Amino acid sequence: MTWVNDVIQGILLGGVYALLGCGLALMFGVMRIINLAHGDLAVLGAYFIMVVLDHWNVSPFLALLPVLPVMLLIGYGLQVTMLDRSLRSGVLIPLLTTFGLSIVIQNLLLEKFSPDVRSLGGNAGAIATSSWRISNSISISAIGALGLGVAIAVLGGLQLFLSRTQAGRQMRATAQDPDTAELVGVNARAVYARATAIAVAIAAIAGLFLAIRSTFFPFAGPTQLIFAFEAVVIGGMGSLWGTLAGGIVLGVAQTIGAQIDPSYAVLAGHLVFLAVLASPRGGLFSLRGATQ
Amino acid sequence: MTVLAVKNLDARHGLLQAVREVSLDVEQGETVALVGANGAGKTTLMRAIAGAHKPAAGTITFNGYDVTRVPAHKRVDLGIALVPEGRKLFPQLTVEENLLVAKRSRNGADWDVARVLEAFPLLKPLRGKRAATLSGGEQQATAIGRALMTNPRLLLLDEVSLGLAPVAVDDVYRSLATLIEAGTTILLVEQDLRRALDNAHRVVCMLEGRVVLEGAAKDLTREQITEAYFGLRGAGA
Repeated sequence: MTWVNDVIQGILLGGVYALLGCGLALMFGVMRIINLAHGDLAVLGAYFIMVVLDHWNVSPFLALLPVLPVMLLIGYGLQVTMLDRSLRSGVLIPLLTTFGLSIVIQNLLLEKFSPDVRSLGGNAGAIATSSWRISNSISISAIGALGLGVAIAVLGGLQLFLSRTQAGRQMRATAQDPDTAELVGVNARAVYARATAIAVAIAAIAGLFLAIRSTFFPFAGPTQLIFAFEAVVIGGMGSLWGTLAGGIVLGVAQTIGAQIDPSYAVLAGHLVFLAVLASPRGGLFSLRGATQ
Repeated sequence: MTVLAVKNLDARHGLLQAVREVSLDVEQGETVALVGANGAGKTTLMRAIAGAHKPAAGTITFNGYDVTRVPAHKRVDLGIALVPEGRKLFPQLTVEENLLVAKRSRNGADWDVARVLEAFPLLKPLRGKRAATLSGGEQQATAIGRALMTNPRLLLLDEVSLGLAPVAVDDVYRSLATLIEAGTTILLVEQDLRRALDNAHRVVCMLEGRVVLEGAAKDLTREQITEAYFGLRGAGA
């Protein structure tokens, strides 16, 4: 029965990885940018929430609300000022740009907040610790279930946005052919800025769950980036629901690995990732996805 | 009234000069056919007018506005729509989505999905299908429909018959004839001289980036155009 419990915990953990991954998948799907600063942006979001909590004694979930528009603006600004320019110079330059951005964010956080390890679990109150006992060995944590629920809501919302709204159609059209999109009246640069804004805001939501479930510090981003990247690749690049599936596979692999030996958790995730990369299909879902 | 006025336009692809000092006017309600051999600069000229290619020199005036430096998506707002060579549909979007992407909310906007389907009846059963799965003729109809959705005051059609079966070309031109009769201003690139002469009011012939012949379709003979088409030496070919 412990195995069943591991799988359940892994599925719940997968929700957070899917939240982390979907912003990465969106930016890759629309602009072909691999954002190496994605994990750092999630951590930045966690610090912003912490700052809000320093001033007001509210729940971290409430503190997320003022942070979201700030993150949207940061994403929009990043695209307009930096990423647009780097996109003009080929595929390698955005990679280097976001790598640089990652270092800048880490060191700014270090400068401002010291290298101390933090957690917002204490601020979240009962929801961080409460759980439903299904049987003696199986329990579902409230924060885990909430994380998965939010992940499904965010992915579903993103899917609806892309398939049903005019802005979403324009985003998909621009992802497929930015030059032709311009010819039918779509401002491709504005679409790019919107996509990055959404991706960065979702990163902050992932940062919130990271901060409540575990700990964060200024250099926590790259590890989160690897988990996000693995979730996206396991799911098949560019597919939103694939990212959820990928996150869940990664989460289950990690919890089962941890059951064998706590030090195997991350390694087990990496091994599954490598196995998927080496498999002929290369991803649970084919390349054709919602953002394509 | 002059809708489009191109003056002394130069356009390059790197070192290659594709368009040399081209001047061209298109009047309201007129259909002008641009003919010429491959590499004559027709597509580059069309792309420059639509804003997809940055000209090296010269001006493009549209309804009195200088649009030479206006980005492509803003020219669509002003009323210029290009049906690009090779159709360039969004392959993973459905026919209906391809049309809707181009939709704009402008005053007097009268094209919508229903009217496009009316103009191109062959698209009616296909509206939910992905563009990638369509035949060439169906794709071309969708591409023209997509351009019409922007409610253009000037419709640029680049090689609409390229790669299509003759039957499909007939279909496309039947629909175009309706548009021409309705008074749509059209500038079209066509390799097929007969079709160009049959459908256009005026024919402009380009050779090596320059305009070498211009005149009303009914006044020009095929021989005159053929001569201009290939240059002096090619007259007997």
